[in-house]
Amino acid sequence: MPRILVCVKRVPAPGARITLTADHTAIDVKNLGFTTSPHEECAVEEAIRLVELHGGSATVLTLGPAEAEEQLRYAVSVGVTTAVHVTHPSLVGESDWDPQATAAALAEVIAGIEAADGPFDLILFGNESADAGGFQVGVRVARKLGRPIVNGIKSITLGETAVTAQRESTSGFEVYNLPLPAVLGVKEGLNLPRYPTLPGRLKSKKAPVATSTVEPVAGGLVTENFDNAAELVVQTTMLGTGEAAAPAIVDLIERLGLL
Amino acid sequence: MSTAANNDFPTSAKVVVIGAGVVGNGVVGHLAELGWRDIVQIDKGPLPNPGGSTGHASNFIFPVDHNREMAALNLDSQRQYTEMGVNTECGGIEIARTEERMEELRRRMVSAKNWGIPARLVTPAEIKEMVPFINEEILHGGFYSPTVSVVDSLRAGTIFRERAQALGALQTFANVEVEDLIVEDGRNGAKRIVAVVTDRGRIDAEYVVICVGVWAPKLAAMAGTYIPLTPAVHQMIDVGPIPVLEETGKELGFPIIRDMDTFCYERQSAGSMEVGSYAHRPIFMKAEEIPSIKDSRLSPTELPITMDDFDPQLEQALELMPDILGTAEIKYAINGLLSLTPDAFPLIGPMPDVENLWSCCAVWIKEAPGAARMLAEWMTHGQPEIDPHHSDITRFYEYARNDSHVRARCAEHFQKTYGIVHPREQWASERGVRTAPYHDRTEALGAVYFLAGGMERPHWYESNAGLVEKFGVEGREHEWDARWWSPIINAEHLAMKDSVGMVDLAPFVVFEFDGPGTKDFLQSMTVNSVDVAVGKSIYTPLLDVNGGFRSDLTMLRIAENTYRVMTGAFDGPRDKYWFTSHLPADGSVHFQDLTSSYAVIGLWGPNARNVMQKLTESDVSHQGFPYGTTQEVLFGSIPVRLFRISYVGELGWEIYVQTEHARAVWDKVAAAGQEYGIVPVGAGVYGTTGRLEKGYRLMGSELDGEYTVVEAGLARPKVKSADFIGKAAYLEHREEDPAAILCTLTVEDHMSARDGIKRYMVGDETITTPDGERIVDRKGRVSVVTTAGSGPSYGKFLLLSYLPPALAVEGTDLCVYYMDELYPVKVAVVGSTPIFDPTDARMKS
Repeated sequence: MPRILVCVKRVPAPGARITLTADHTAIDVKNLGFTTSPHEECAVEEAIRLVELHGGSATVLTLGPAEAEEQLRYAVSVGVTTAVHVTHPSLVGESDWDPQATAAALAEVIAGIEAADGPFDLILFGNESADAGGFQVGVRVARKLGRPIVNGIKSITLGETAVTAQRESTSGFEVYNLPLPAVLGVKEGLNLPRYPTLPGRLKSKKAPVATSTVEPVAGGLVTENFDNAAELVVQTTMLGTGEAAAPAIVDLIERLGLL
Repeated sequence: MSTAANNDFPTSAKVVVIGAGVVGNGVVGHLAELGWRDIVQIDKGPLPNPGGSTGHASNFIFPVDHNREMAALNLDSQRQYTEMGVNTECGGIEIARTEERMEELRRRMVSAKNWGIPARLVTPAEIKEMVPFINEEILHGGFYSPTVSVVDSLRAGTIFRERAQALGALQTFANVEVEDLIVEDGRNGAKRIVAVVTDRGRIDAEYVVICVGVWAPKLAAMAGTYIPLTPAVHQMIDVGPIPVLEETGKELGFPIIRDMDTFCYERQSAGSMEVGSYAHRPIFMKAEEIPSIKDSRLSPTELPITMDDFDPQLEQALELMPDILGTAEIKYAINGLLSLTPDAFPLIGPMPDVENLWSCCAVWIKEAPGAARMLAEWMTHGQPEIDPHHSDITRFYEYARNDSHVRARCAEHFQKTYGIVHPREQWASERGVRTAPYHDRTEALGAVYFLAGGMERPHWYESNAGLVEKFGVEGREHEWDARWWSPIINAEHLAMKDSVGMVDLAPFVVFEFDGPGTKDFLQSMTVNSVDVAVGKSIYTPLLDVNGGFRSDLTMLRIAENTYRVMTGAFDGPRDKYWFTSHLPADGSVHFQDLTSSYAVIGLWGPNARNVMQKLTESDVSHQGFPYGTTQEVLFGSIPVRLFRISYVGELGWEIYVQTEHARAVWDKVAAAGQEYGIVPVGAGVYGTTGRLEKGYRLMGSELDGEYTVVEAGLARPKVKSADFIGKAAYLEHREEDPAAILCTLTVEDHMSARDGIKRYMVGDETITTPDGERIVDRKGRVSVVTTAGSGPSYGKFLLLSYLPPALAVEGTDLCVYYMDELYPVKVAVVGSTPIFDPTDARMKS
């Protein structure tokens, strides 16, 4: 029966505008809630579905501050079996490790778990994190573990010895067949993640969370500062009301070359 | 944003209404209907849901409220929602998990009867029949209210706006942020609002109405004033899908459940169940900390839930509805923001310190259209139809107009949202903030303090415990009836009437008016003439324009052009606003609030004169110091003003003393009284037992905007020639037959058939016919107990209530409906004649 691991990241859930701190070195999170990156919510959902289909177990793992336990418990509340929290004293609040350091730490912890409990057949990552958006951690972990990885996945079929995964391309779907153990980076749209039930939420409160500490390796990326993208200015023009607006609308559609 | 729209933005308006939630929309709708034109409404958010508390409200109305004003606002709102076609009746059940809650639900039966709202107590099995998925095994019973409804508050808002627009009265601008409120010097030192500055330009305005809910403190600060509310979190989750709910095919197919003992509600929302909670810790924000629309994931008032706070409620909800909540998913969960105020009442009316700036804030969906109508009528006529006594934003003392007080009180009452709150219950927070100068003396006597205008006032003294046996005072067997009460009160009453007592009246509010225009100004405010000789006093009602009571108080003419005015602690700030907002603009009357300059000690009882004669060399004989007069005398070296009057029906005086002398005077009175066995007497006697036996009416209990001077039995034989506020209405009231007459009733039998013990009413019960029908007068007003209390000297338990003339006949047998049982009562006195010592011989000789 398959053993599946999902790696998730605690990220802020921003509003329409991302506000930066005064010194532009971080996102201002005072009004924000936190969540699991949306791609990873789909990864968690997929792991639960695969276990529902095939049996086995789903484990969720995160590297992050103490507060990231909230995201682990959320995963447990929707049906993940086991939770692992990788911490380090430098991981406080919104501090973030660069992708190299993160990947090294994850690979080390995963290797440790596998040494004790056996290998994971499938490791799922979100395609990229919702905050840093580095697109690197899954690939780097796969590389360190010596396993194949495909990113951008929107469909997974798990077999005994291989996994079939699909991703969208401009002309249709690309279909990949990966021998197990394998790593996949998944995207929103893979499934519609469930929400926790009341008993699920209550159960997750009491679930044990394994913790381990790792030392960061030196990474290549350093955050200098953030800048907001220029705000999109929306111009609203009233074309008229009721029937009187019809000619103007037709004219506009023609001008836009839609007719 | 198009430039064309910018050119349309107005630069002036008769009235600017800030806010387009259900309240702001209601206000523009009602103002337009009442004839206002040139109304400009702005909101920083988009329409129809600008992102305030309206947008995430659960939108249900449980119309029953113990408080008459709130029940009236609920019912008026339900009527308006119905008339707009957005009110859906689904019924509601308040469930009890404990016997103590069942007793509270019996009390709710009384309130339902008072306000004519259909309701009945139901058994667990009956609840199960209506709500098949409920776990009835944990229930003791419930209170079923079939007219509980859910409204579409956003649609109602749109209808209100459209009505105003159809009248050509309103322009509404969404996405407009207020940047400043401009004030200038107004009359008599107040400020006056003149303009609203927005991110789209300045609008000069004669009037401005703040209807911005949780943002109110921020806008008030722009105008240099204060609106006492705090944004507070109310947690809510939406759980679904639930097949049994989906199958109804309705937004609401089952009654709404209020799980009172867990402070939660379960309200169907089509195929899912909304579970809301007031059980969590108080979570407050500051208005300026609320995120902007752009910074918000959902809306500024739908904040990320702090789920740990909700978890205990999940367990309780699961216990209540295990079958349907066990598998459904939590699809939506928020820390929703709503407005709380220090006393849990709305904030409606004119700002006390900025002319023409009005507030309609801290209003919930259930009372919003009613509150909007109240505000609009108030702005139009000077007085709304529903008496705004509790909602009036001018009701706060200065000490209460700051965040520290607001948060302390809101934290306290938030945790009583579905609580069982005794009508006499006292606040635990913000105690010791205002104390009398001789507080240490009363404390040493074991005073049990109740608050009066925020001041610690002894209600009874434990040092008098021995008097209970001496006078043979009976206790009260039921814990509820005895809560916040002591038999010592009745014992103090009897001891005072036996010899002499001294009463701490430090919370009295004292104003002084002087200047050449004083007499004429006061004449314009009062029903009874103030044109009396220097040294004499005036008792008088103050009326609103409709002839309802605005206040009742006592004045002393202490010099030709100087009057001292004393009013009760509970209405001090409202009365202060009423006077100061009417002061002539020509400076001919000078007003001072001397409340903090004076303490007041009452000395009453058959031996009061003997004690007084020991304190002063002045002549205090009946001839030398007649009833109703005032003199300045010396207690040794200390000057005091004596006023021969009584609210407890005994010979004696109110002693007005400057605060720095007050402690010394307390000691002098106590020492002089020693040989007569003087006892300290608390407000339990002063405000209830002594007052009731004399039939004295109290503002806020017997006297309010909905009853007339004639009905209260306070009309004098003649009307003064001078004009005064409410005179026209008063003259009409004198001409017509009164629709009700205030009566004193006696309880004839206290024995409860259900409990097998004697029960004692606490006030606000329904007076009924002998067969239990409530009594409604020809103006639609219900006979309700305005005050209930012991009459220790008379020997019976007394109730005051207005009755229609046909029943206001001495000897008529009626009932009082208390805790869902009827008790026989008899009309003992019709009108204002005291039931005890009807000729006032004891105090006037």
